[in-house]
Amino acid sequence: MSNGYRRIARDGIWDNNIVFAQALALCPLLAVTGTASNGLGMGLASTAVMVASGLLISLFRGIITPQVRIPVFVLIIAVLVTLVDLSMNAWVHDLHKVLGLFIPLIVTNCAILGRAESFASRNRILPSIFDGLMMGLGFTLALVLLGAGREILGSGTLFANAALLLGSWAAFLELELIPDYKGFLLIILPPGGFLVLGFLLAGKRLLDRVVEQRRAEQANAEAAASSQS
Amino acid sequence: MGTPKEPQYRKRIGYQAVLLGGFSTLATALLVAGNIATRDAILERQKEDLLDSLSQVVPQRRYDNDLLANPLEITGDNGKPVTVYRGTVGSQVNALAWEISGQGYAGEIRLILGLDADGRVLGVRVLSHAETPGLGDKIEVARDAWILGFNGLSLGDPPAKEWAVKKDGGRFDQFSGATITPRAVVQAIKDGLAFFRHHRTELLNPPVITTDVVKR
Repeated sequence: MSNGYRRIARDGIWDNNIVFAQALALCPLLAVTGTASNGLGMGLASTAVMVASGLLISLFRGIITPQVRIPVFVLIIAVLVTLVDLSMNAWVHDLHKVLGLFIPLIVTNCAILGRAESFASRNRILPSIFDGLMMGLGFTLALVLLGAGREILGSGTLFANAALLLGSWAAFLELELIPDYKGFLLIILPPGGFLVLGFLLAGKRLLDRVVEQRRAEQANAEAAASSQS
Repeated sequence: MGTPKEPQYRKRIGYQAVLLGGFSTLATALLVAGNIATRDAILERQKEDLLDSLSQVVPQRRYDNDLLANPLEITGDNGKPVTVYRGTVGSQVNALAWEISGQGYAGEIRLILGLDADGRVLGVRVLSHAETPGLGDKIEVARDAWILGFNGLSLGDPPAKEWAVKKDGGRFDQFSGATITPRAVVQAIKDGLAFFRHHRTELLNPPVITTDVVKR
């Protein structure tokens, strides 16, 4: 069983990552990732929705019929997003001012409906929650990486305004990497999002290939060693 | 879903209808609960936001009342209602602030304008805009001191025809690469000052604080 959970975690964070492997949810991804903090906020909000939708949809999977499943899933996800929107407006208001426009977009995040359809509606409650959490964390990872890349290249800072999101203790995260940086406008604007995303996707492929090669070499070496003995 | 053998009753249209109806009811209940739980906090935050932006354009020493307590509703020149927040000392109106807006390069620019009783600008700040980052966003005080250049000016000083950017024969700087944005801001402030001139008596009429008004 723990093997199954490890598989889910690997899938969500790396192998089947919403952004890096499935290339889904690009709309919220490109819209909010001007800074790493915005990416983190959006990622955490999406994760909360994915966990809760995994729980609810798995809980009700026995009574939902295939004919009406799509409207029911959409309804559940829309309610959850609205609740996240309201609570962010009430309790992390400054971040809501930055992200507010994009929070309702979580509804249109096809990855959430996708996980509801392909995982939560076929699995028991705990694995579904775990899958939502891992997929959400994978999405958060992608958002933070992209945000950090664009922020460093575009504004020369990292995690600016992190204190708005996490409270004043997070102020140490706010770095000014390049003092007196004039800014690189292209990277901040939406085309820059596509550019940096392209490099990140290429980087992930490259990393996967290197790991694969190393594994193959290791297997070869082992095979050679065993045939000699 | 998932179970290979579906019971017969689940195929009936009635079951589907009840299912959808049930989920809609559940959704409504959850949203109502969420709304009740967050309503007060959200109202409180919005009030803080408003006070925060008002305090940027109206110095605290200019009034001793609660700015949000008795806003004045006036129908503006374009027929839209304008909510004016007035700072008073005793019964003397000492400072006024309201929201103005202009049409920028990429949509509406919302600003808040603060005036003293003589119609001089105490301060202007941008509340929201969608101008090009790096070009038009110099109207933000965080990025450029340009917007502070309006402090102390009024509709007679400089004269009305000089209330324009330099490119249009006025006296205010445009930004290199962005003329539409500062033009919109200058025009919005000019309109705001004209609004003050038109409604001067009404605006400076000391608020009559009777229990009646307060209740309303």
